[in-house]
Formats: sequence, structure tokens, C-alpha cells
Amino acid sequence: MKGSLPTKKKFTVSPAPHFFSGRTIPKVMWTVAAALLPALAASVIFFGWRAVRLQAAAVAAAVVTEAVISRLRRRPLTIGDGSAVVTGLLLAFNLPPDVPAWLAAAGAVFAIAVVKQAFGGLGFNIFNPALGGRLFVAHSWLSRMTTFTPPLTAETAGLDAMTYATPLGAAREALVERIPSLWNMFIGNTGGCIGETSALAILLGGMVLLSMGYISWRIPAAYLGSVALLTWLLPVGEGAVALSPLEHLFSGGLMLGAVFMATDMVTTPVSGKGMLAFGLGCGTITAVFRLYGGNPEGVSYSILIMNAFTPLIDRFTRPRVFGTLKKGLWPRKA
Amino acid sequence: MKTRSFQGGIRIDDFKRFTERKPIETLPPPPKAYLPLKQNAGSPPRPVVEIGAEVSAGEVIAAPSGAVSSTLHASVFGKVSAIADHPHPSGADSPAIVIETAAAGNGFSGMEPMVDWEGAAPEDIRARVLEAGIVGMGGAGFPAQVKLEPPPGKKIETAVINAAECEPFLTVDHRLLLEETEKVVAGLKIIMRAAGAARGVVAVESNKADALDRLERALEKEENIFTVLLTVKYPQGAEKQLLKTVADREVPSGGLPADVGCLVHNVHTATAIADAVLHGRPLIERVVTVSGFGLDRPGNFRVRLGTPFSRLLEAAGGPPDGELRLIAGGPMTGVAQRDLGTPVIKSTSGLVVLPPLPRARNLPCLRCGKCLTVCPMGLVPCDLARAAEKGRREDFAGLSGADCMECGCCAYVCPAARDLVQFIQLGKALEE
Repeated sequence: MKGSLPTKKKFTVSPAPHFFSGRTIPKVMWTVAAALLPALAASVIFFGWRAVRLQAAAVAAAVVTEAVISRLRRRPLTIGDGSAVVTGLLLAFNLPPDVPAWLAAAGAVFAIAVVKQAFGGLGFNIFNPALGGRLFVAHSWLSRMTTFTPPLTAETAGLDAMTYATPLGAAREALVERIPSLWNMFIGNTGGCIGETSALAILLGGMVLLSMGYISWRIPAAYLGSVALLTWLLPVGEGAVALSPLEHLFSGGLMLGAVFMATDMVTTPVSGKGMLAFGLGCGTITAVFRLYGGNPEGVSYSILIMNAFTPLIDRFTRPRVFGTLKKGLWPRKA
Repeated sequence: MKTRSFQGGIRIDDFKRFTERKPIETLPPPPKAYLPLKQNAGSPPRPVVEIGAEVSAGEVIAAPSGAVSSTLHASVFGKVSAIADHPHPSGADSPAIVIETAAAGNGFSGMEPMVDWEGAAPEDIRARVLEAGIVGMGGAGFPAQVKLEPPPGKKIETAVINAAECEPFLTVDHRLLLEETEKVVAGLKIIMRAAGAARGVVAVESNKADALDRLERALEKEENIFTVLLTVKYPQGAEKQLLKTVADREVPSGGLPADVGCLVHNVHTATAIADAVLHGRPLIERVVTVSGFGLDRPGNFRVRLGTPFSRLLEAAGGPPDGELRLIAGGPMTGVAQRDLGTPVIKSTSGLVVLPPLPRARNLPCLRCGKCLTVCPMGLVPCDLARAAEKGRREDFAGLSGADCMECGCCAYVCPAARDLVQFIQLGKALEE
């Protein structure tokens, strides 16, 4: 603009800061969704078409439910931010391969409508929606949710068609011959829920999120570390076969839970110390459930229980304020 | 040389490359100078001239009105044409003395140079600083003479010149360090004399290596003045973070630098103090960086106080077409402007032109915790904002909301684009 300047021009007057990091909610959520792609690929390799239909049903139901509720609440549509898609995928990953598609959809509807939206929507929910949905489905259709068929590649793992095809289930029943090798557990060639079997695929996605600074190393490290430590130190319950710490890490829903669900920002503590405490709590509960609980699984329960403790953890793990001394364990009144 | 740092903060592109090599260019006085009364923290001075009065550049036009106040001088030769409300960089219109310029020229009517300042009494130096109308020129505008007087019972051992200049785009301090090195050092020595400090430090961010070289040569003969190299991180130039890095001391919550035996002044404040003491020159002009995106000739300009922003933008090649954001100050803490007739005041360090950034703001807090990791004061910005939003005064105080220095690091990283700084400002207002 040359020549004389008018004193009035179109200026945007917005508050400071006027610079912005470029990180947005959609960016975070869609990146998490992308990080789930290796696990998605693994689910298709090991469980084929069954996996695809469950994921499609869950994601579609999640997105539609969120859209409908946004309309009911007279709020703008939030499905573009990717969080419903992530919830749908994670829920599907937590399902055994042979459940019907309507069950996946039912879980997704519950996860979005009750666990997330009824509490206020994104940012306000206390409990992890995918896990809440899984719990609802697991307790409503118990036998469907505890029936596992082996993966398509079962022959290579030396397994045949059995109902107790999960490593943890086999260990609990002391069916040693049905516990797959550590390598098979690592790559995912075992029975189990469609997205949880491949520790390798999950770790790949997790590394991406870690390197981009979207998740903290603290929760997965504390969670996995405490499970490893406790399963190494503590004796296993009666009648069951002890698994090594590594076998524990690679079996069941632990890797998926530690990397993708216990790291859900909304339902977990906000400070670094709090995240460590959270991971430690999850790990302890998971280890105790796996070793001594009635159910060979423990990850979903441990995360949901710890979700309930998050506000309390947040209160006690605030960082030290510059220019003050830390005054013992109890925070000042607030 | 190893750089030192503090906890928290953000590493961002400093965009100094647009203007760091541009020597300071002096612009002629404007046809009209608009001098707001409020150019300092504390109480604004009271006018001592009337409409129609003929004034010289450097003549007192408003006198201090309280313990924390400053003096205002005419920045041009001319006639007082109005005392009325006029746009102010803070956003709201406020009373200003308008002078129609009669003659250009670099003269000023000032005070006697204090030739013997090295032996002068500290209170005399402080009186001169008040008389010259000097306030913190890094942006805070705090009356400089108040800072030079240690609170009762406290001793100042180290005087620090804040040459961090951590806001992106701004290069005022950098150019002054390069072009007026001796004046900066003189200013520091005068400050040391006035405050009774035995030691002086010039703390420079490592993106000003050329300035550091100059400084070290100028300080060769000085036994009590040292340089400290700082990491380039925002907000390194914030007083408390600066002292933590330089002296490894934390100013206690609610306290002052004097509580850790230190005193901090901005580079330009130091040169203004040197001008006032050595040459009797009151504060009537300052250097402003005009930078941003879309300018043909960004640069560093020395202008008379009261110069409208339009003249600065013209000198920089005019603002680009279309809608834009014009920020007075730096992009992290500056104030978005709405009127090109707004004048430069004592604390206007820069004018930054930015394109608009439309985005959905104030989405729900994700509890991601990024704001905690970057807060230099160890606060929990998301919780502070939530407490303020709900009007919970006790919660806000319990979370140490008063310690927030509004640097903006939290809002910079927030993926939900929450107006955290503004919520916290709201929370601070709850206390009243």
C-alpha cells in the first residue's frame, strides 16, 4: 500500500499471544488415529474380514452417535476433530473377532453417548469412553465377549481352534501347551481381541506419537514398568502358570492399554508426576488382577479405576511454583 | 561459551533476521505529536501546560503526581493544540496532550549534564532520572527512579541489564548494543552508582553474538561488570527467569528482584539514563522495531514520542493490503491495534504486522498438560483458567494465580486455543 495511509484500516483485534504453536485438537486426534494404523493392519492380517467389519461398525456408530447428540445439544458438529473415530477404533480393537457387528455398534453408542457426551463431551468425561463401552458390552454379552477364536495364522503358531486361545487365559488354566511363544506374542500371532494382540504394531504407533510429543513417555513407562516388576516379584495365584514379565507385557490388552488408552489426555492427570502415579496405579492393579483376580484380564478395569482417581492425583501432584518452597504433601487449600 | 537457561518456556522462531542487521534510522518529527498522559505504570502525571502554550522539545508538560509516577516532556517544538482523548496503544482512548510541530531540528531544552555523576549522591541521580521522565522501556513502563531505590532493609548487590530481548521480531536492544555500546555501559555504571550495586551484569541471548563481542571489548577495562550468555528461549527476558538464569536465584513469590539483591533494567532504559545524566537529555524519543510479514522495508526507527503508527509503517514500506493484525510490542504479549493514529509511547518497543489467524477458539480443555510443561512459573494454567471462569476466587488464589506473569507460553501451546492469559487476568481481577 503506497501513498498516503488512511488512518482507518481493517484490523483484527484479538488478544495476546498472537503466535500459536500450530497444534490443534483435530491434529492431535487424527495423528492418534494414524498411529493406530499399524495395529489396524495387524488386526486385518491376523483376523481378516472379521476385524474390518467390527472396526467399520464401531467407527460408523461412534461418528453417527456423536453427530446426533451434537444436534440434540444444539452444538456445532465435532465429528471433524477425529475423537469419535479414535474412540470407535479403540473400542473395536478391544473386541474378540467373532462378536457380531451390532455388538460393536452398541458398544460405540454407549461409549460416545453415555461415557463421553453425557458427562459433557470432549474434555469433560471422567472415564475412557472406549473402555467404558467395552465394559458395557463385556458385561451385557458375557459369553460372546469371552469366546476367542485363534487368528487366521494360527497354524504357524502351533495352535488349533480352541475357545481358550488367549495367552492369559491359557496361563490361568495352566494349559502350558496353548501359551504361544514370546515372538508370536510380540508380533500378534495369538488369540485375543483384534487390536490388542500385536505389541509390535502398537509400539510402532506409540513411537510415532512419542516422537511428535503427543503422548508422554511417563504413563506407558510407569504402567509397563510396574507390571513387569510386580509380575516378576510376586508369585502367581494357585492353579495358574507364571508368565515371565515380558510375556505379560506382550499379552492381553496391556500394550494397547498402556500406549493408547492410559495415555488418553482427558481422563488422565495433567502433570508429569501425576502421570507417573497414574501409570503406577494402573500397573499395580493390572498385575494384581492378572495374578490373583477372577478374570485373567485386568487392563480395562485398572485404567477405569485410575480414571476415577485422576482429579485427586491432580490435586496432589501440582508442580512447584517458582519462588516458593514445596510445603509437604498436602497442597494448600484449593 | 556455555549458555544458561531456566525451566519451562518455549523455543520459537525469533524472526530477528528481518531487522537485526538494519541500523537505527532516525525519522523526522511528525507534524503533530500525540502524547498520552499515561505512559508509565503507576499514576499518570498531571498536565502543567495549557492549550495554546508554546513549548520546546524537552520542556516539561506534565509533572509527577504521586510516589510511583513520572514526568512527561514535549517531544517536539510547537504549540499545544489540544488536551483531549486520543487512541492509546493499550486499546482504550485516554487523555493526551497534542502538540502541533512548529520546527524540526534536533535541539532540546533539557537539564544540565551531571558531569560529576561518579561522585554524585544516589538520590541526586534518582532525582535526575525522575526529572528526565525515564520509565522501563522494555515494555513495562515502570518509573525507573523507583527501581533505583532499594526498599528499606534490602541491599542491591548486582545490577543487571536485560539484553535478552526474547520477544520475536524485536531488535531494538540488539541494535543499541551494537551502535551505542559505550552508552549502554555508561548507563549501567550510573545505575550501579544510584542503586549502590557493586557488580554489574549484561545478560545477552546467544542470538546476538555480534553484540556480545562489542560488549566484551567495551567491558575489557571494567572490573566489576560481566557478560552472561543466555539460551534463546521465550521468555528469557522476563525478570524472574532472567535472575534465575543469571544469578541462580528465585525471586520469592510476591517479591521483587531486590529480595535477591538484584536490580534489572532494559537496555534502552540504560541508554536513556545515560543520556539524561551525561547530556541532560529528557526522554523524548525512542527506537522502535517495525517488522512482521509483508513489509518492504522492515527496520529499526528512532522516532519522537507521540509519532503516530502510520508514520512508522510508511517508513517501513507501508502495511500490506488486506486485513491484518497490527501489534504494538511483541507477538507474545503485545496489544493488537485498531487505529493507525495511535502514537508511540515510552514503552512501545515494536510494531509487528501479522496476517489474520482465524481459528476456533476456546474449545474444551483437553487436559493434555502442555500448558504446565511450558509455564515458566510452575503454575497449572488450565486449572487457573477454569477457576477464573467459574469465579472461584479462593481456588484461583490457592493455585498461585497472582504469580502468573502473563507471558503467553500456555496459550501458545494450547491445542484447544483457549484464551488462558485472559482467563487468568479475569481471575486476578476477582481478587479485587
